[in-house]
Amino acid sequence: MARRGYDGVALAVPVTVPYVRHSIRGAYWFLGQAVRRLCDASGLKKEQLDGLTVSSFTLAPDTAVGVTQHLGLSPRWLDHIPTGGASGVMAVRRAARAVQAGDADIVACIAADTNHVDSFRQMLGSFSQFARDATHPYGSGGPNAVFAFITDHTMRATGATREDFGRICIDQRQNALASGGTLFKRALSMDDYLSARPIATPLHLFDCVMPCAGAEAFLVMSIDRARDLGLPHARLRGAIERHNAYADDPVMMRGGWRLDRDELYAMADAKPGDIDFVQSYDDYPVIVMLQFEDLGFCDKGDGPAFVRTHRFTWDGSFPNNTSGGQLSAGQAGAAGGFLGMTEAIRQLTGQAADHAVVDAKLGLVSGYGMVTYDRCLCTGAVILGAAP
Amino acid sequence: MTPPLLTPKRKNPVLRTRQINLPPSARSRVALGLTAAAAMGRFELQQCADCQTVLYPPREACSHCASVRLRWREQRGAGELLAGTTLHHSNDLFFRERLPWRLGLVRLHAGPTLMVHLHRDVRLPSDGSAMPVRVAARLDRAGQAVLIAFASEDALNMADDPMLREMTSDPKLRKVLVSDGMTPVGQALVREFAKAGAELIWVGHAEPWKQHGSGLEAITTLPQVTLLPLDLTDGRSVQALAGEIGGKVDIVVNNAEVHRAFSISARRGTDAAKLEMEVNYFGALRLAQAFGPALAGRSADGVANACAWVNLLSIYALANFPPHGTYSASKAAAHSLAQCQRAELRGAGIRVVNVFPGPIDDEWNQNLPPPKLAPAALAAAVVKALRDGIEDVYPGDVAHEWFERWRDDPKVLERELAAGGA
Repeated sequence: MARRGYDGVALAVPVTVPYVRHSIRGAYWFLGQAVRRLCDASGLKKEQLDGLTVSSFTLAPDTAVGVTQHLGLSPRWLDHIPTGGASGVMAVRRAARAVQAGDADIVACIAADTNHVDSFRQMLGSFSQFARDATHPYGSGGPNAVFAFITDHTMRATGATREDFGRICIDQRQNALASGGTLFKRALSMDDYLSARPIATPLHLFDCVMPCAGAEAFLVMSIDRARDLGLPHARLRGAIERHNAYADDPVMMRGGWRLDRDELYAMADAKPGDIDFVQSYDDYPVIVMLQFEDLGFCDKGDGPAFVRTHRFTWDGSFPNNTSGGQLSAGQAGAAGGFLGMTEAIRQLTGQAADHAVVDAKLGLVSGYGMVTYDRCLCTGAVILGAAP
Repeated sequence: MTPPLLTPKRKNPVLRTRQINLPPSARSRVALGLTAAAAMGRFELQQCADCQTVLYPPREACSHCASVRLRWREQRGAGELLAGTTLHHSNDLFFRERLPWRLGLVRLHAGPTLMVHLHRDVRLPSDGSAMPVRVAARLDRAGQAVLIAFASEDALNMADDPMLREMTSDPKLRKVLVSDGMTPVGQALVREFAKAGAELIWVGHAEPWKQHGSGLEAITTLPQVTLLPLDLTDGRSVQALAGEIGGKVDIVVNNAEVHRAFSISARRGTDAAKLEMEVNYFGALRLAQAFGPALAGRSADGVANACAWVNLLSIYALANFPPHGTYSASKAAAHSLAQCQRAELRGAGIRVVNVFPGPIDDEWNQNLPPPKLAPAALAAAVVKALRDGIEDVYPGDVAHEWFERWRDDPKVLERELAAGGA
């Protein structure tokens, strides 16, 4: 049976609860802020949100259902999506089907996390059974060692250099400065990048995201409903999701996007060359490079050459992570999986102000999440289009 | 090649002694299978009984065929290093205090990909070619199994690698107490520790007036050896010695034992059994109470830190051997106590090594037929266990066979032993 498309689905009202490095508040504080901002920005009443997805690492022991009571919501459709960097793409896909089927009218998709001074360290040992048994005991400090391996292996296999990864990070920092409002206020030079302190070689400080607190959220509804409400919106053109792909690869060299990308572009009736900007998932720059390859912007192994011949600023030849991405905005837990989605909606609805990609009609948002052992397991991507 | 470890500088007694922080010790129950094998010096991974896939990390079901019939199977450990990293940052205190720290990603020829600690002799070739390694499982300072990749060929001084020295209890440059120098086993231990490069060996002897002809004279000629009075039946004697050397000793070997060959009915009264308990059980308890805290306080004290406690038990501790019935009972009590001691000292990063020999070739086993374990072979097994980070030692053929029988079915072994242990 042919997959049904995502016709008639709109994404609107991108909101961000400003990031702070550390917060003494709990996850609910950020969830509450997100709901309040969704209502304020849309003019909707809380009661009109009849669908809800929640993504959060620091909400435990609660899940999405706890959010309904805490915030006084009474949705008729609910999903808890604990997949971190892939949660934005997965929330869109689930909410879109709920809206198409009529199970929900307006779905609020929210990712929020707090960050206490010690909460990152405390999460490491309990992230997954495999992490507890087979990576955490090695002192790897969360995913750093795993992505050091992937980076090291990629450098050996493709000839990628630290400068290549630096280009990605430096342009994203420029985007962050242009968009304003992020925790990083200074430009990053290649010297800064190369001379940063080592964390887990070949990874250095600016290859790693900074854990912080904050939230990202948006609404999913039908295009008709968005029109009725007078809400600027982007259209969902296609979406893919894949878990535990290429499990037999001894070290990650390709991601699940590769398996499903033809279908993604076919659904959107587009080619990679038609995409005006990309919001790639940037937990580490090597993964950004892998996405350029696996999403079809260049051939496998040509990532380094692609990076050397493109600029990734919002006004560059290949706008990537136009709000700075997590590398330059910080990683607010699961909100890191939503950052690209809210930014893409802003770009396609004329809300990107001073860092708007000129004439942006088509954007690709990619997700990548959950490093349970030696790689992240969840991959996904959506293509969003501007309303005509 | 690893540079050789040199005698550390004398410690400044005014400075605070660094305390131990253990590496993360939480594991799922199924992952403890790796630890159980590593505790005996083996590298085992789960293998699916249905599709033969070798699996890692440990799990409840096969990722290839979803079978739950997974068995722990010994691995050769041959593989190739895919990638490496040097940690310059860790959120974990143990590693933070020991940075930089090298890790690798290894593809075993048997299938799975493993995160491993890297021995310093393993170097990643810069030209991108594959680097062959062999992986082994070792207990870390928390007493849990971790995997280590070694260069495929042994090299000089490889035991001196700082990472490996954290995982093992190599006697080299360490100070050792052997609790009883009067026995052939005690003397063999002293010689073996001297050969292994121990810096000092304190040797206890309970009855100084009985030295002549006991073999003690021969070991006192070794430059590392100092004889000290130690009577495990006397709490004050144990305390006095702990006060004298407790803050310096790195490895305690409790080999003192009383062994009489009696069953219940072969002797009236409880005198002999009481004496066995007095030394084999209460003596071990006295020694553990007196020296344990001192060892625990020095478990992160430089490259020659306090690291291990060795208990000489007996294979009869697992199941009673009726011809030596009361002795077996005392060793069973000592074994149980040693498990308690291991749990208590684990928090300090001190390894408790339990040794389960079969009959030793000494005067108290005179009437037992061979094979019997030579004291020198026992001593060599103890030192090897310390070097390899092994926790449970079954030296010699008899111990091995009894252990296998016990593992196979303790009830069957009970009947076999009742019939004479054939």
